[in-house]
Amino acid sequence: MKTIKNTIRLVAAMLAFALIAAACGDSGSTPTESAGDSTTSTTVASTTTTTTTAAPKDAGPTTIRYLTFSAAPDHLADLDAMIAGFETDNPDVKVEVETLPFDEYFSVLRTQIAGNDAPDAFEVNYENFVSFATAGTLADLSSHASDIAGSGYYQKAADAFALDGTPYALPESYSTVVLFYNKDLFDQAGIAYPTDSWKWADESAAAAKIAALGDNTWGFFGGIQFWEFYKTAAQNGCNFFTNGNVTIDQPQCVEALQFMLDYVNSGSQPTNAEMSGVSDGDMFLNGELGMITTGIWMFDSFKDASFPWDIVVEPGNTSGGSHFFANGVAVSAASSKQDAAYRWLQYLTSSPAAAQIRVDAAWELPTLTDQSLYTSYLSQEPPANREAVLASLNNVVLPPVIVRQGEMQDAVGAAFDKAVAGDITAAEALAEAKAAIEPLLG
Amino acid sequence: MNRVGLRRGWWVLFVSPSLTFLALFAIVPIITAAVLSFYDWDLITDPKFVGLGNYRELTHDSEFHASIIHTLVFIGGYVPVVMIVGLGLALMLNKRRRLQGLSRVVFFMPVVSAWVAVALIWTWMLNPRFGAVNWILEKFGFDPPAWLFERGWAMVAIIGVSVWKDAGFVMLLFLAGLQAIPDSYSEAARVDGASKFKTFRYVTLPLLSPTVFLVSVLLLINSFQVFEQVWIMTQGGPVGSTTVIVQQIVRNAFTFGRLGYAAALSWVLFLMIFAVTLLQTRLQRRWVHYEL
Repeated sequence: MKTIKNTIRLVAAMLAFALIAAACGDSGSTPTESAGDSTTSTTVASTTTTTTTAAPKDAGPTTIRYLTFSAAPDHLADLDAMIAGFETDNPDVKVEVETLPFDEYFSVLRTQIAGNDAPDAFEVNYENFVSFATAGTLADLSSHASDIAGSGYYQKAADAFALDGTPYALPESYSTVVLFYNKDLFDQAGIAYPTDSWKWADESAAAAKIAALGDNTWGFFGGIQFWEFYKTAAQNGCNFFTNGNVTIDQPQCVEALQFMLDYVNSGSQPTNAEMSGVSDGDMFLNGELGMITTGIWMFDSFKDASFPWDIVVEPGNTSGGSHFFANGVAVSAASSKQDAAYRWLQYLTSSPAAAQIRVDAAWELPTLTDQSLYTSYLSQEPPANREAVLASLNNVVLPPVIVRQGEMQDAVGAAFDKAVAGDITAAEALAEAKAAIEPLLG
Repeated sequence: MNRVGLRRGWWVLFVSPSLTFLALFAIVPIITAAVLSFYDWDLITDPKFVGLGNYRELTHDSEFHASIIHTLVFIGGYVPVVMIVGLGLALMLNKRRRLQGLSRVVFFMPVVSAWVAVALIWTWMLNPRFGAVNWILEKFGFDPPAWLFERGWAMVAIIGVSVWKDAGFVMLLFLAGLQAIPDSYSEAARVDGASKFKTFRYVTLPLLSPTVFLVSVLLLINSFQVFEQVWIMTQGGPVGSTTVIVQQIVRNAFTFGRLGYAAALSWVLFLMIFAVTLLQTRLQRRWVHYEL
């Protein structure tokens, strides 16, 4: 009897503690902090959970949580300016910003959704849109269809964020990748600056000459990974997928990977050890790289470089090919404030005021058809040749997308690492990547 | 209620906080993970029952197998070295010396430092272009490797940093063990004319064997779970040469959104640790002496 009594006591005590623990957890996980304070609105969820005494619900404005990866670190002030404009027009809504670095963004978002703690509105890129939309985590925006149609979005961009004709996200912004070059290094090597009509051979010849300038100077940098590969392959007329089959083992694809590897093998591109953990962007800023293929989102980081630089459309081989990265914004299917969240996203993506802030800050490009925005974009420097951004968009390559996207990207990266290390050939790496991707297609 | 009953009741109150937390944060998750390992779950859609599918998959998951081998390489390098270094420090500090207290603090400092800070600082120190380590080695005429960027050397660096961080902890345990050995034993040995080495080999070491056993069990359990230093210093590179088991679990769970598969990997890791600890406990009878 005594044991039973003791057991009951034990269970009761444990329950009591569990309740206390649960209560503590609860009060901590309801953020009611006002987002008007822009200095505190820039951190991740865990630090923005200061609880203030809540006013009666219908009296105050609705606070919505917005999660973004594209704003930090360079464009937080721009985002705050957009929010200020929105809150002036919509005094009944407050926007609380949470930011995460891109590398962690989707894993944290998944965990938030699983823990019933999803933000009311969040960014989603084109590559991950499919898996989030098919999982039913994004609110169906069909009821806003006519509103979306009248918002002045590029039709193609709006279509990219619809699934079987149903819109699940609004197109927010897009970007592309161009060839950046350091004019000083070109002058030192005595070679003419790149042009939009350059081919692979021109690029690699220039890279070799610049690399010959000295020990800590390299001609070129392009990541040897999934994103660079599918685009480089397209520049050589090879598709990642053809009719649903993985076709990266085709000869033109092998040639494309070999072209990428040759930069490292010939010493034109620094190895990982030579980079020693310094990012490609920082190496370019340090004046160590003659050319770098990277996104137009780097304009802001490079604007204070100590040397003159410009951009051109990325050279192709048998055909051209530039990246097209699109970001959308979605309302959480689990949000109880979907209307307020939709209004914020609509303002963020289509209001002339927000678009102007975005263009002025060179924070990617708004997905709107209004041509006057581009006039303003093109008039800014650096780079002088901003027309190259728009020219790049004449020949874009969309990312290959599957539901198990992360694993596919990882498998490609792992195979390429071995090829860079010289363990396997380009053809073997692509055969290995293909074998790893096929089971993921399900 | 009588006084004895009251007294009996009190213990419930005292242990309930830790029991509650143990239940909430250890036992419940362990059972949940066991159930989850039979499901396919990406966090955002409903879990799908797959039976033993996850366990079948891990039998031919070459990345997981590679991570087991790398973890064993880490253990093979780290455990003996940290024990020898820790024992050496303990023997050195067991004698009455000047600055003994200060030395103990200095050697224990890395133990109480956060792994993130230690790993980041060592990543900088070992940087082949800007790091202090290679700068010094080059001054002495060596041609040092690129450490974390070079296969073969990356794991050596991780083991070295781990030994640097944990030797103080091992030292502390051995110090406690050494101080529990009565002086009369070594005095008797000295009177009998035993050399210093013989005294250590035939008197100190056997009497220290319970501590050696405890330390080796703790180190093995911990080193099977090696993760932070790898995640920060190499992320498993270069070319996947330092991937470890826990890293595979984290990648599958949070990068790939495969919670069920990650749960199955966790259970395999648990069984591996359990088997090794059981084996150690069985073998201890052969070499652990509780008295001479």
